[in-house]
Amino acid sequence: MEEDRLETSCQLLVIGGSAGSLDVLFKLLPRLKAGLTFPIVVILHRRNSVESFLAELLASKTVLPTREVDDKDPVVPGNIYLAPADYHLLIEKNRTFSLDYSEKVNFSRPSIDVTFESASEIYGKALVALILSGANEDGTQGMLCIQKRGGRTIAQKPESAQMPFMPQNAISRGAVNYILDIEQMSTFINELT
Amino acid sequence: MIDEEEIDLLLNDLFDLYGYDFTSYSRASLKRRIVRLCSLDKFPSFAELRYHVKTDPTYLKRFVEEITVNVTEMFRDPSFYKSLRDDILPIFGTKPFIRIWHAGCSTGEEVFSMAILLKEANLLKKSLLYATDLNPSVLDNVRRGIFPLTQMKQYSESYISSGGINDFSTYYTANYGQAKFDRELSEKIIISTHNLVSDSSFNEFDLIVCRNVLIYFDKDLQDRVLKLFDASLGTLGYLALGTKETLKFSAVQNKFKQLNKEKIWKKIA
Ligand SMILES: C[S@@+](CC[C@H](N)C(=O)[O-])C[C@H]1O[C@@H](n2cnc3c(N)ncnc32)[C@H](O)[C@@H]1O
Repeated sequence: MEEDRLETSCQLLVIGGSAGSLDVLFKLLPRLKAGLTFPIVVILHRRNSVESFLAELLASKTVLPTREVDDKDPVVPGNIYLAPADYHLLIEKNRTFSLDYSEKVNFSRPSIDVTFESASEIYGKALVALILSGANEDGTQGMLCIQKRGGRTIAQKPESAQMPFMPQNAISRGAVNYILDIEQMSTFINELT
Repeated sequence: MIDEEEIDLLLNDLFDLYGYDFTSYSRASLKRRIVRLCSLDKFPSFAELRYHVKTDPTYLKRFVEEITVNVTEMFRDPSFYKSLRDDILPIFGTKPFIRIWHAGCSTGEEVFSMAILLKEANLLKKSLLYATDLNPSVLDNVRRGIFPLTQMKQYSESYISSGGINDFSTYYTANYGQAKFDRELSEKIIISTHNLVSDSSFNEFDLIVCRNVLIYFDKDLQDRVLKLFDASLGTLGYLALGTKETLKFSAVQNKFKQLNKEKIWKKIA
Protein backbone atom coordinates (compact mmCIF):
# COMPACT_ATOMS: atom_id res chain seq x y z
CA MET A 1 0.00 0.00 0.00
CA GLU A 2 2.48 2.60 1.21
CA GLU A 3 4.94 1.62 -1.44
CA ASP A 4 2.33 1.98 -4.13
CA ARG A 5 1.71 5.44 -2.87
CA LEU A 6 5.33 6.42 -3.06
CA GLU A 7 5.60 5.29 -6.61
CA THR A 8 2.58 7.19 -7.88
CA SER A 9 3.48 10.36 -9.66
CA CYS A 10 1.90 13.63 -8.63
CA GLN A 11 -0.08 15.34 -11.35
CA LEU A 12 -1.70 17.99 -9.20
CA LEU A 13 -1.21 19.47 -5.75
CA VAL A 14 -4.25 21.14 -4.18
CA ILE A 15 -3.81 23.36 -1.14
CA GLY A 16 -6.69 24.54 1.04
CA GLY A 17 -6.47 27.14 3.75
CA SER A 18 -8.55 29.47 5.83
CA ALA A 19 -7.81 31.83 8.74
CA GLY A 20 -4.08 31.92 9.43
CA SER A 21 -3.08 30.14 6.23
CA LEU A 22 -1.78 33.12 4.32
CA ASP A 23 1.24 33.35 6.61
CA VAL A 24 1.97 29.69 5.97
CA LEU A 25 1.91 30.26 2.22
CA PHE A 26 4.18 33.27 2.58
CA LYS A 27 6.71 30.97 4.20
CA LEU A 28 6.09 27.93 2.06
CA LEU A 29 5.98 29.42 -1.44
CA PRO A 30 9.49 30.93 -1.41
CA ARG A 31 10.88 27.47 -0.61
CA LEU A 32 9.33 25.78 -3.62
CA LYS A 33 11.80 25.14 -6.39
CA ALA A 34 11.40 26.32 -9.96
CA GLY A 35 10.17 23.88 -12.57
CA LEU A 36 7.89 21.69 -10.50
CA THR A 37 6.47 19.03 -12.78
CA PHE A 38 2.88 19.45 -11.59
CA PRO A 39 0.49 22.39 -11.16
CA ILE A 40 -0.57 23.74 -7.76
CA VAL A 41 -4.12 24.93 -7.07
CA VAL A 42 -4.68 27.10 -4.01
CA ILE A 43 -8.12 27.51 -2.43
CA LEU A 44 -8.26 30.19 0.23
CA HIS A 45 -11.20 31.49 2.18
CA ARG A 46 -11.04 35.22 2.02
CA ARG A 47 -13.12 38.17 2.95
CA ASN A 48 -14.84 39.48 -0.16
CA SER A 49 -12.91 41.89 -2.37
CA VAL A 50 -10.69 43.08 0.50
CA GLU A 51 -7.94 40.80 -0.68
CA SER A 52 -8.29 41.38 -4.39
CA PHE A 53 -4.54 41.63 -4.81
CA LEU A 54 -3.96 38.25 -3.26
CA ALA A 55 -2.73 36.67 -6.50
CA GLU A 56 -0.15 39.42 -6.99
CA LEU A 57 0.86 39.08 -3.36
CA LEU A 58 1.37 35.32 -3.66
CA ALA A 59 3.15 35.75 -6.99
CA SER A 60 5.69 38.00 -5.31
CA LYS A 61 6.67 35.14 -3.01
CA THR A 62 7.54 32.48 -5.57
CA VAL A 63 9.49 31.80 -8.74
CA LEU A 64 6.57 29.78 -10.07
CA PRO A 65 4.14 31.68 -12.35
CA THR A 66 1.13 32.48 -10.18
CA ARG A 67 -2.28 33.81 -11.11
CA GLU A 68 -5.95 33.86 -10.34
CA VAL A 69 -7.98 31.46 -12.49
CA ASP A 70 -10.23 32.61 -15.32
CA ASP A 71 -13.02 30.33 -16.49
CA LYS A 72 -11.81 27.51 -18.80
CA ASP A 73 -8.11 28.21 -18.24
CA PRO A 74 -6.04 25.08 -18.88
CA VAL A 75 -4.33 23.46 -15.87
CA VAL A 76 -0.64 23.61 -16.82
CA PRO A 77 2.23 21.98 -14.87
CA GLY A 78 4.65 24.30 -13.12
CA ASN A 79 2.03 26.98 -12.46
CA ILE A 80 0.30 28.09 -9.29
CA TYR A 81 -3.41 28.85 -9.64
CA LEU A 82 -5.47 30.74 -7.09
CA ALA A 83 -9.24 30.22 -6.88
CA PRO A 84 -10.99 33.56 -7.47
CA ALA A 85 -13.05 35.08 -4.66
CA ASP A 86 -16.71 34.15 -4.59
CA TYR A 87 -16.63 31.25 -7.08
CA HIS A 88 -16.26 27.54 -6.56
CA LEU A 89 -13.42 26.13 -8.61
CA LEU A 90 -13.91 22.84 -10.49
CA ILE A 91 -11.73 20.83 -12.85
CA GLU A 92 -12.96 19.25 -16.07
CA LYS A 93 -11.88 15.96 -17.62
CA ASN A 94 -9.94 17.80 -20.31
CA ARG A 95 -7.95 19.48 -17.51
CA THR A 96 -9.39 22.91 -17.73
CA PHE A 97 -10.92 24.91 -14.90
CA SER A 98 -14.62 25.66 -14.61
CA LEU A 99 -15.98 28.27 -12.25
CA ASP A 100 -19.27 27.84 -10.47
CA TYR A 101 -21.32 30.47 -8.67
CA SER A 102 -23.58 28.06 -6.79
CA GLU A 103 -24.55 28.05 -3.10
CA LYS A 104 -21.83 28.31 -0.48
CA VAL A 105 -20.55 25.04 0.98
CA ASN A 106 -19.36 25.04 4.62
CA PHE A 107 -20.28 28.75 4.61
CA SER A 108 -17.59 29.21 1.99
CA ARG A 109 -17.23 30.09 -1.67
CA PRO A 110 -14.75 29.00 -2.86
CA SER A 111 -15.13 25.84 -0.81
CA ILE A 112 -12.10 23.62 -0.31
CA ASP A 113 -14.25 20.47 -0.27
CA VAL A 114 -15.75 21.33 -3.64
CA THR A 115 -12.37 21.67 -5.36
CA PHE A 116 -10.81 18.71 -3.56
CA GLU A 117 -13.67 16.43 -4.59
CA SER A 118 -13.71 17.69 -8.15
CA ALA A 119 -9.93 17.32 -8.49
CA SER A 120 -9.96 13.82 -7.03
CA GLU A 121 -12.50 12.74 -9.62
CA ILE A 122 -10.16 13.79 -12.39
CA TYR A 123 -6.72 13.01 -10.90
CA GLY A 124 -7.49 10.01 -8.66
CA LYS A 125 -4.34 8.68 -7.03
CA ALA A 126 -2.15 11.21 -8.83
CA LEU A 127 -3.56 13.92 -6.57
CA VAL A 128 -1.86 15.30 -3.47
CA ALA A 129 -3.79 17.54 -1.08
CA LEU A 130 -2.60 19.81 1.70
CA ILE A 131 -4.81 21.39 4.36
CA LEU A 132 -3.56 24.41 6.28
CA SER A 133 -4.59 26.54 9.23
CA GLY A 134 -8.25 27.46 9.64
CA ALA A 135 -11.24 27.62 11.93
CA ASN A 136 -13.64 25.80 9.64
CA GLU A 137 -14.47 22.18 8.79
CA ASP A 138 -13.98 22.77 5.10
CA GLY A 139 -11.52 20.38 3.45
CA THR A 140 -12.05 17.28 5.58
CA GLN A 141 -14.76 15.80 3.39
CA GLY A 142 -12.66 16.48 0.32
CA MET A 143 -9.61 14.79 1.85
CA LEU A 144 -11.64 11.70 2.72
CA CYS A 145 -12.76 11.58 -0.87
CA ILE A 146 -9.18 11.97 -2.15
CA GLN A 147 -7.96 9.16 0.11
CA LYS A 148 -10.73 6.87 -1.08
CA ARG A 149 -9.50 7.32 -4.62
CA GLY A 150 -5.92 6.62 -3.59
CA GLY A 151 -4.57 10.16 -3.47
CA ARG A 152 -2.27 11.39 -0.71
CA THR A 153 -3.31 13.88 1.96
CA ILE A 154 -1.23 16.13 4.17
CA ALA A 155 -2.26 18.31 7.12
CA GLN A 156 -0.30 21.17 8.56
CA LYS A 157 0.91 20.13 12.00
CA PRO A 158 -1.82 21.62 14.23
CA GLU A 159 0.70 22.91 16.80
CA SER A 160 2.29 24.97 14.04
CA ALA A 161 -1.03 26.44 12.86
CA GLN A 162 -2.44 29.78 13.97
CA MET A 163 -5.88 28.13 13.82
CA PRO A 164 -5.38 24.40 14.46
CA PHE A 165 -9.04 23.46 14.06
CA MET A 166 -9.07 22.81 10.32
CA PRO A 167 -6.04 20.50 10.07
CA GLN A 168 -6.98 18.88 13.41
CA ASN A 169 -10.49 18.15 12.19
CA ALA A 170 -9.12 16.39 9.12
CA ILE A 171 -6.69 14.41 11.27
CA SER A 172 -9.37 13.39 13.80
CA ARG A 173 -11.65 12.20 11.02
CA GLY A 174 -8.89 9.99 9.70
CA ALA A 175 -8.49 11.91 6.47
CA VAL A 176 -4.74 12.51 6.71
CA ASN A 177 -1.67 10.48 5.61
CA TYR A 178 1.08 12.91 6.63
CA ILE A 179 1.26 15.58 9.33
CA LEU A 180 3.99 18.09 8.52
CA ASP A 181 5.30 21.46 9.63
CA ILE A 182 6.16 24.14 7.09
CA GLU A 183 9.78 23.05 6.68
CA GLN A 184 8.74 19.42 6.07
CA MET A 185 5.99 20.48 3.68
CA SER A 186 8.42 22.26 1.41
CA THR A 187 10.76 19.26 1.36
CA PHE A 188 7.84 16.93 0.64
CA ILE A 189 6.54 19.09 -2.21
CA ASN A 190 9.95 19.69 -3.78
CA GLU A 191 10.53 15.93 -3.86
CA LEU A 192 7.23 15.14 -5.55
CA THR A 193 7.53 14.20 -9.19
CA MET B 1 -21.26 7.80 -7.20
CA ILE B 2 -22.75 8.54 -10.58
CA ASP B 3 -20.71 7.73 -13.63
CA GLU B 4 -20.41 9.56 -16.91
CA GLU B 5 -22.47 7.11 -18.95
CA GLU B 6 -25.42 7.50 -16.61
CA ILE B 7 -25.28 11.24 -16.98
CA ASP B 8 -25.15 10.88 -20.76
CA LEU B 9 -28.30 8.75 -20.64
CA LEU B 10 -30.12 11.33 -18.56
CA LEU B 11 -29.03 14.16 -20.85
CA ASN B 12 -30.22 12.21 -23.86
CA ASP B 13 -33.63 11.71 -22.25
CA LEU B 14 -33.91 15.42 -21.54
CA PHE B 15 -33.16 16.25 -25.13
CA ASP B 16 -35.28 13.54 -26.78
CA LEU B 17 -38.33 14.06 -24.56
CA TYR B 18 -38.27 17.77 -23.83
CA GLY B 19 -35.79 19.43 -26.18
CA TYR B 20 -33.57 20.67 -23.34
CA ASP B 21 -29.95 20.31 -24.44
CA PHE B 22 -27.49 20.24 -21.55
CA THR B 23 -24.91 18.11 -23.34
CA SER B 24 -22.51 21.02 -23.84
CA TYR B 25 -22.66 22.29 -20.29
CA SER B 26 -19.52 22.17 -18.14
CA ARG B 27 -19.57 18.58 -16.98
CA ALA B 28 -17.95 19.11 -13.58
CA SER B 29 -20.56 21.59 -12.46
CA LEU B 30 -23.48 19.73 -14.02
CA LYS B 31 -22.46 16.53 -12.33
CA ARG B 32 -22.24 18.24 -8.96
CA ARG B 33 -25.72 19.64 -9.40
CA ILE B 34 -27.14 16.25 -10.33
CA VAL B 35 -25.49 14.50 -7.38
CA ARG B 36 -26.73 17.28 -5.10
CA LEU B 37 -30.29 16.97 -6.41
CA CYS B 38 -30.22 13.22 -6.04
CA SER B 39 -29.41 13.56 -2.35
CA LEU B 40 -31.66 16.60 -1.79
CA ASP B 41 -34.67 14.73 -3.13
CA LYS B 42 -33.58 11.49 -1.48
CA PHE B 43 -33.58 9.26 -4.53
CA PRO B 44 -32.31 5.81 -3.58
CA SER B 45 -30.54 5.52 -6.92
CA PHE B 46 -29.68 7.49 -9.99
CA ALA B 47 -32.05 5.30 -12.00
CA GLU B 48 -34.88 6.53 -9.79
CA LEU B 49 -34.02 10.15 -10.52
CA ARG B 50 -33.89 9.39 -14.21
CA TYR B 51 -37.27 7.68 -14.07
CA HIS B 52 -38.84 10.70 -12.38
CA VAL B 53 -37.41 13.12 -14.91
CA LYS B 54 -38.75 10.94 -17.73
CA THR B 55 -42.25 10.42 -16.43
CA ASP B 56 -43.15 13.42 -14.30
CA PRO B 57 -43.37 16.83 -16.01
CA THR B 58 -43.66 18.71 -12.69
CA TYR B 59 -40.49 17.04 -11.57
CA LEU B 60 -38.82 18.01 -14.84
CA LYS B 61 -39.50 21.64 -13.95
CA ARG B 62 -37.82 21.21 -10.58
CA PHE B 63 -34.94 19.36 -12.17
CA VAL B 64 -34.18 22.15 -14.63
CA GLU B 65 -34.48 24.77 -11.91
CA GLU B 66 -32.13 22.92 -9.62
CA ILE B 67 -29.40 21.87 -12.00
CA THR B 68 -29.05 25.40 -13.31
CA VAL B 69 -27.53 27.77 -10.78
CA ASN B 70 -29.72 30.78 -10.06
CA VAL B 71 -27.69 32.59 -7.42
CA THR B 72 -27.50 36.33 -8.12
CA GLU B 73 -27.25 39.74 -6.43
CA MET B 74 -27.95 43.43 -6.98
CA PHE B 75 -24.94 45.54 -7.88
CA ARG B 76 -22.68 42.52 -7.65
CA ASP B 77 -19.11 43.70 -8.41
CA PRO B 78 -19.75 47.42 -7.81
CA SER B 79 -16.78 48.44 -9.95
CA PHE B 80 -18.49 46.87 -12.96
CA TYR B 81 -21.59 48.97 -12.39
CA LYS B 82 -19.43 52.02 -11.83
CA SER B 83 -17.88 51.50 -15.22
CA LEU B 84 -21.33 51.23 -16.80
CA ARG B 85 -22.22 54.54 -15.16
CA ASP B 86 -19.04 56.34 -16.11
CA ASP B 87 -18.03 54.82 -19.43
CA ILE B 88 -21.08 53.39 -21.18
CA LEU B 89 -24.24 55.26 -20.21
CA PRO B 90 -22.87 58.70 -21.16
CA ILE B 91 -22.31 57.36 -24.69
CA PHE B 92 -25.90 56.14 -24.79
CA GLY B 93 -27.10 59.64 -23.98
CA THR B 94 -27.07 60.67 -27.63
CA LYS B 95 -29.05 57.68 -28.85
CA PRO B 96 -32.78 58.10 -29.51
CA PHE B 97 -33.47 54.68 -28.06
CA ILE B 98 -31.59 52.17 -25.92
CA ARG B 99 -32.04 48.40 -25.99
CA ILE B 100 -30.31 46.21 -23.41
CA TRP B 101 -30.45 42.41 -23.22
CA HIS B 102 -29.84 40.59 -19.95
CA ALA B 103 -29.26 37.00 -21.06
CA GLY B 104 -29.51 34.49 -18.20
CA CYS B 105 -30.93 37.17 -15.87
CA SER B 106 -32.06 34.68 -13.20
CA THR B 107 -34.41 36.33 -10.66
CA GLY B 108 -33.71 39.82 -12.00
CA GLU B 109 -31.47 41.52 -9.43
CA GLU B 110 -29.07 42.51 -12.19
CA VAL B 111 -31.86 43.91 -14.39
CA PHE B 112 -33.24 46.10 -11.61
CA SER B 113 -29.72 47.33 -10.85
CA MET B 114 -29.39 48.37 -14.49
CA ALA B 115 -32.80 50.07 -14.44
CA ILE B 116 -31.66 52.10 -11.44
CA LEU B 117 -28.48 53.17 -13.26
CA LEU B 118 -30.50 54.20 -16.29
CA LYS B 119 -32.91 56.17 -14.17
CA GLU B 120 -30.09 58.02 -12.46
CA ALA B 121 -28.56 58.84 -15.85
CA ASN B 122 -31.94 60.11 -17.03
CA LEU B 123 -32.05 57.44 -19.71
CA LEU B 124 -34.69 55.08 -18.38
CA LYS B 125 -37.55 56.66 -20.32
CA LYS B 126 -35.96 55.86 -23.66
CA SER B 127 -34.69 52.42 -22.65
CA LEU B 128 -36.00 48.89 -22.84
CA LEU B 129 -34.45 46.07 -20.83
CA TYR B 130 -35.00 42.57 -22.19
CA ALA B 131 -34.73 40.05 -19.38
CA THR B 132 -34.42 36.44 -20.53
CA ASP B 133 -33.62 33.12 -18.94
CA LEU B 134 -34.11 29.46 -19.68
CA ASN B 135 -36.11 29.00 -16.46
CA PRO B 136 -39.70 30.27 -16.51
CA SER B 137 -39.88 30.23 -12.70
CA VAL B 138 -37.04 32.69 -12.08
CA LEU B 139 -38.71 35.01 -14.58
CA ASP B 140 -41.87 35.10 -12.44
CA ASN B 141 -39.67 36.70 -9.86
CA VAL B 142 -38.45 39.36 -12.27
CA ARG B 143 -42.08 40.09 -13.10
CA ARG B 144 -42.97 40.61 -9.44
CA GLY B 145 -39.95 42.79 -8.74
CA ILE B 146 -39.94 41.68 -5.14
CA PHE B 147 -36.74 40.79 -3.27
CA PRO B 148 -36.03 39.85 0.36
CA LEU B 149 -35.74 42.88 2.61
CA THR B 150 -32.89 41.19 4.50
CA GLN B 151 -30.67 41.63 1.42
CA MET B 152 -31.20 45.37 1.15
CA LYS B 153 -28.47 46.42 3.54
CA GLN B 154 -25.84 44.67 1.47
CA TYR B 155 -27.33 45.78 -1.84
CA SER B 156 -27.41 49.35 -0.58
CA GLU B 157 -23.71 49.15 0.27
CA SER B 158 -22.88 47.76 -3.15
CA TYR B 159 -25.06 50.44 -4.75
CA ILE B 160 -23.11 53.14 -2.93
CA SER B 161 -19.75 51.61 -3.98
CA SER B 162 -20.99 51.59 -7.56
CA GLY B 163 -21.24 55.37 -7.36
CA GLY B 164 -24.88 55.65 -6.27
CA ILE B 165 -25.65 58.80 -4.30
CA ASN B 166 -29.30 58.33 -3.40
CA ASP B 167 -30.85 56.63 -0.44
CA PHE B 168 -31.26 53.12 -1.87
CA SER B 169 -34.52 52.62 0.02
CA THR B 170 -36.22 55.25 -2.16
CA TYR B 171 -36.31 52.62 -4.93
CA TYR B 172 -38.57 50.19 -3.11
CA THR B 173 -41.46 49.87 -0.71
CA ALA B 174 -40.86 47.63 2.27
CA ASN B 175 -43.65 45.34 3.34
CA TYR B 176 -43.75 42.12 5.35
CA GLY B 177 -40.08 41.45 4.96
CA GLN B 178 -40.18 42.12 1.23
CA ALA B 179 -38.86 44.96 -0.87
CA LYS B 180 -41.07 45.74 -3.85
CA PHE B 181 -39.23 47.76 -6.43
CA ASP B 182 -40.87 50.75 -8.10
CA ARG B 183 -43.19 50.21 -11.01
CA GLU B 184 -41.29 52.93 -12.86
CA LEU B 185 -38.35 50.50 -13.05
CA SER B 186 -40.26 47.34 -13.89
CA GLU B 187 -42.32 49.04 -16.58
CA LYS B 188 -39.24 49.13 -18.75
CA ILE B 189 -38.44 45.44 -18.38
CA ILE B 190 -39.61 42.98 -21.03
CA ILE B 191 -39.56 39.40 -19.84
CA SER B 192 -39.31 36.25 -21.91
CA THR B 193 -37.90 32.75 -21.79
CA HIS B 194 -34.94 32.30 -24.11
CA ASN B 195 -32.61 29.32 -24.26
CA LEU B 196 -29.11 30.37 -25.31
CA VAL B 197 -28.40 26.83 -26.52
CA SER B 198 -31.26 26.53 -28.98
CA ASP B 199 -32.94 29.92 -29.55
CA SER B 200 -31.71 32.47 -32.01
CA SER B 201 -31.20 36.20 -32.09
CA PHE B 202 -34.43 38.18 -31.57
CA ASN B 203 -33.42 41.83 -31.79
CA GLU B 204 -30.52 44.22 -32.15
CA PHE B 205 -29.08 45.61 -28.94
CA ASP B 206 -26.82 48.41 -27.76
CA LEU B 207 -25.65 46.40 -24.77
CA ILE B 208 -25.81 42.70 -23.95
CA VAL B 209 -25.17 41.67 -20.37
CA CYS B 210 -24.50 37.98 -19.80
CA ARG B 211 -22.71 37.44 -16.52
CA ASN B 212 -21.93 34.13 -14.88
CA VAL B 213 -23.85 32.11 -17.42
CA LEU B 214 -21.05 31.16 -19.83
CA ILE B 215 -19.10 29.56 -16.96
CA TYR B 216 -21.67 26.75 -17.07
CA PHE B 217 -20.98 26.03 -20.75
CA ASP B 218 -18.09 24.20 -22.35
CA LYS B 219 -15.76 26.04 -24.70
CA ASP B 220 -17.64 25.11 -27.88
CA LEU B 221 -20.99 26.20 -26.55
CA GLN B 222 -19.41 29.40 -25.25
CA ASP B 223 -18.21 30.12 -28.77
CA ARG B 224 -21.64 29.47 -30.23
CA VAL B 225 -23.32 31.77 -27.73
CA LEU B 226 -20.73 34.49 -28.25
CA LYS B 227 -21.47 34.36 -31.98
CA LEU B 228 -25.14 34.74 -31.17
CA PHE B 229 -24.31 37.83 -29.11
CA ASP B 230 -22.14 39.20 -31.87
CA ALA B 231 -25.04 38.79 -34.30
CA SER B 232 -27.39 40.50 -31.85
CA LEU B 233 -25.29 43.62 -31.27
CA GLY B 234 -25.62 46.78 -33.30
CA THR B 235 -22.49 48.44 -34.66
CA LEU B 236 -20.46 49.77 -31.76
CA GLY B 237 -22.60 47.82 -29.30
CA TYR B 238 -21.22 46.57 -26.00
CA LEU B 239 -20.96 43.13 -24.46
CA ALA B 240 -20.54 42.62 -20.70
CA LEU B 241 -19.50 39.30 -19.13
CA GLY B 242 -18.84 38.09 -15.58
CA THR B 243 -15.62 39.02 -13.79
CA LYS B 244 -13.95 35.70 -14.56
CA GLU B 245 -15.24 35.24 -18.10
CA THR B 246 -13.38 36.35 -21.19
CA LEU B 247 -13.56 36.78 -24.96
CA LYS B 248 -9.88 35.94 -25.18
CA PHE B 249 -9.28 32.81 -27.24
CA SER B 250 -12.93 32.84 -28.38
CA ALA B 251 -14.18 32.74 -31.96
CA VAL B 252 -15.19 36.41 -31.89
CA GLN B 253 -12.24 37.92 -30.05
CA ASN B 254 -11.04 39.90 -33.07
CA LYS B 255 -14.36 41.63 -33.48
CA PHE B 256 -14.27 43.14 -30.03
CA LYS B 257 -12.05 45.41 -28.01
CA GLN B 258 -11.96 45.34 -24.23
CA LEU B 259 -12.83 48.73 -22.80
CA ASN B 260 -10.95 48.75 -19.51
CA LYS B 261 -10.24 46.46 -16.59
CA GLU B 262 -13.90 45.50 -16.29
CA LYS B 263 -15.23 42.71 -18.48
CA ILE B 264 -16.87 45.03 -20.99
CA TRP B 265 -16.09 44.79 -24.70
CA LYS B 266 -16.94 47.12 -27.54
CA LYS B 267 -17.86 45.68 -30.92
CA ILE B 268 -15.45 47.10 -33.48
CA ALA B 269 -16.06 44.97 -36.57
C1 LIG C 1 -25.62 32.21 -11.82
S1 LIG C 1 -27.04 32.81 -12.70
C2 LIG C 1 -26.43 34.39 -13.22
C3 LIG C 1 -27.35 35.52 -12.84
C4 LIG C 1 -26.83 36.90 -13.11
N1 LIG C 1 -26.56 37.12 -14.52
C5 LIG C 1 -25.61 37.21 -12.26
O1 LIG C 1 -24.48 37.22 -12.75
O2 LIG C 1 -25.77 37.46 -11.06
C6 LIG C 1 -27.08 31.81 -14.18
C7 LIG C 1 -28.39 31.89 -14.93
O3 LIG C 1 -28.22 31.35 -16.25
C8 LIG C 1 -29.40 30.68 -16.63
N2 LIG C 1 -29.14 29.76 -17.73
C9 LIG C 1 -28.48 28.58 -17.69
N3 LIG C 1 -28.48 27.98 -18.90
C10 LIG C 1 -29.13 28.84 -19.74
C11 LIG C 1 -29.46 28.79 -21.12
N4 LIG C 1 -29.13 27.75 -21.88
N5 LIG C 1 -30.14 29.82 -21.65
C12 LIG C 1 -30.50 30.89 -20.88
N6 LIG C 1 -30.22 30.99 -19.57
C13 LIG C 1 -29.54 29.97 -19.00
C14 LIG C 1 -29.83 30.00 -15.35
O4 LIG C 1 -31.21 29.65 -15.37
C15 LIG C 1 -29.49 31.07 -14.28
O5 LIG C 1 -30.60 31.88 -14.01
